[in-house]
Amino acid sequence: MDDIAIRVENISKSYRIGTAPERYRTLRDSITNAGRHILAARHLAARLSAGRSDLARSPDPSSHSTIWALKDVSFDVRRGQVLGIVGRNGAGKSTLLKILSRVTEPSTGQAEIHGRVGSLLEVGTGFHPELTGRENIYLNGAILGMKRVEIERKFDEIVEFSEVGQFIDTPVKRYSSGMYLRLAFAVAAHLEPEILVVDEVLAVGDAEFQRKCLGKMSDVAQAGRTVLFVSHNMSAILRLTEETLVLEKGRLAYRAATPEAVDYYMAAGFSDAGERLWQASEVPADAAPFQPLALRVRDPKGRVVDTARSTEPLSIEVEYRLDQPITGLRVGIYLLTMRGEYVFTSFDTDDPGKFEQHSTRPAGHYVSRCTLPANWLNEGRYVLSVNASAFHVKRYFWDDHALAFNVDATGAPGKHWPEPRLGPVRPALDWMIETL
Amino acid sequence: MDSIIFLRPTRGLAALNLRDLWVYRELVYFLMWRDLKVRYKQTLLGASWAILQPVVQMVIFTLLFGGVANLSSEGVPYPVFNFTALLPWGLFSKALSDAGRALVNNRNMITKVYFPRLVIPVSSVLAGLVDFAIAFGVLVLIIIYYHFAPGANFDFHFTPALLTLPLFLILALVSALGFSLWLSAMNVIYRDVGHVLPFLTQIWFFITPIVYSSSEISSKWQWLYALNPMTGVIEGFRWAILGTQSTPALLLIISTLVAVVVLISGLFYFRRMERSFADEI
Repeated sequence: MDDIAIRVENISKSYRIGTAPERYRTLRDSITNAGRHILAARHLAARLSAGRSDLARSPDPSSHSTIWALKDVSFDVRRGQVLGIVGRNGAGKSTLLKILSRVTEPSTGQAEIHGRVGSLLEVGTGFHPELTGRENIYLNGAILGMKRVEIERKFDEIVEFSEVGQFIDTPVKRYSSGMYLRLAFAVAAHLEPEILVVDEVLAVGDAEFQRKCLGKMSDVAQAGRTVLFVSHNMSAILRLTEETLVLEKGRLAYRAATPEAVDYYMAAGFSDAGERLWQASEVPADAAPFQPLALRVRDPKGRVVDTARSTEPLSIEVEYRLDQPITGLRVGIYLLTMRGEYVFTSFDTDDPGKFEQHSTRPAGHYVSRCTLPANWLNEGRYVLSVNASAFHVKRYFWDDHALAFNVDATGAPGKHWPEPRLGPVRPALDWMIETL
Repeated sequence: MDSIIFLRPTRGLAALNLRDLWVYRELVYFLMWRDLKVRYKQTLLGASWAILQPVVQMVIFTLLFGGVANLSSEGVPYPVFNFTALLPWGLFSKALSDAGRALVNNRNMITKVYFPRLVIPVSSVLAGLVDFAIAFGVLVLIIIYYHFAPGANFDFHFTPALLTLPLFLILALVSALGFSLWLSAMNVIYRDVGHVLPFLTQIWFFITPIVYSSSEISSKWQWLYALNPMTGVIEGFRWAILGTQSTPALLLIISTLVAVVVLISGLFYFRRMERSFADEI
């Protein structure tokens, strides 16, 4: 019939959020809830018999609020198409993939999947540390839906791809994390479904590993299989996919050819020039007691600017409030290019002396400010992410897409040649030219 | 060839979809194999635990109930009488405790990959068959010993009844799986199950004729007693292997009916709860 691989029609998914961020109910809660319902019903009956009319009030005090992780999302994917999905944290990407890979059901709406689905929401699912590499290949393969004969047939290929060769009969708990990942990805990469659903599996591992993963992904894509690919890595999205969906707050915001969709995504929500302000309602509840207020880019005169000049220093400030003291807090920024590649990461307590001095930050209103030196960034558009965390304890707040700003390179080194310079930095280096 | 899968919210009772379970039978096998492989890793005695556990239990019960309490064992040496019951009981109690926790222990698989969730309790229950087989070998040795031991006053005979043993084993598996399905699905939502399991198993042990014979129960209450399917299983084992009692027909019929009802209702309950596993676990 038609060549549709996936058809999604008005899919929504709601999650109930209770009064407390509790992960599971206990029997006691159910019993007390039931008891409360009985009491409420009795109360109601008593009031009814007393002829009272104030029945409008809800008898249920524990009314749960629901959040919609996905709301009315519809799209089609053609057979053989490689579709990218981008969106910020909490936009619903993972929920969508979970529904399409049948891990969870939609709350409303429906989807049709034509063909066998292989999903890679994680690599190494079901790996057991006590089992050897060989045993884990079989186990993980079976979990991913491969048949035993299929695994046997591809076994040598998997081992070769993973480069763990001589350690194949060693328990994986003795593997380095790199070996572990390579083995896990190797099994997943040899899955041959008609439709492949891939989450951010490439975000882990070293550069070499990522290069290898991307290579394998493009092989899969070229083999004519349907692929749904979620990533934060815009260069991977640009390289692998033809068309991309942009999700925003659970809704499908945009669908276009990948370069356009990436532009839309990277530019979205950056109207407040040079400044990003957070309303209390925008900040997740688990950020408390950290409350972000603003992120600003300022020029040397202290003006908030959308476009900074590369020949001048520029300062970046994070304004925030602490409702309670936090120990070990570090507030920092990531600078990214529009392609999503990181330029640097820096925290306000990177200096050990400063970290000592601010080991516990009392409650109060703060600004953490840093200055980027002149003649440092190349021209172009950059994105700032904000991170407030206590290392290995808690990440209080993270916005991976807080603010974008431009850098204008007028007067920068080498500007007398009207050519774009490669790379995100444009340093003024002290060149010596000597005659020998 | 071109299979279409529809993803939509399901309401009410879900179809059992046992065909899917069949498609994933290899996963059942691999999970069983993983559990067995991992269980005795980093132990000094390794797989000998599968023999030691029931034997030590039997020795304790023999001293306590056969010796001190001097309970009747229907003319069979007490160790044989007791060990015959410990075989299916071991299978059952292990299934309850392992399968009850299995879904929660395999949380990372459930939230990341699709497979029929029934695979988890089924493989967990079936893994107990290996221990059963090992303990069965021990039982044969014990029987041979008492058969030839002078003064034991016990003669083992091959009877046609022995051929019915597989049926009682199946009944044990049906009961184990039925209760495991209920408990494992409930444990996803109510973690209390994990805390209740040890008591539950202990109480169950004493309402099952393991250290004593069901003939101790007055015939007026036999029907009530048989509502525990393990009663039927264990009396069946004793009847088939040791030739005790006459065929416990009424007991068996009631126990079988209960076991089947628990299994079927357990399957439906499990399938009904399954849709929220990934969200609730």
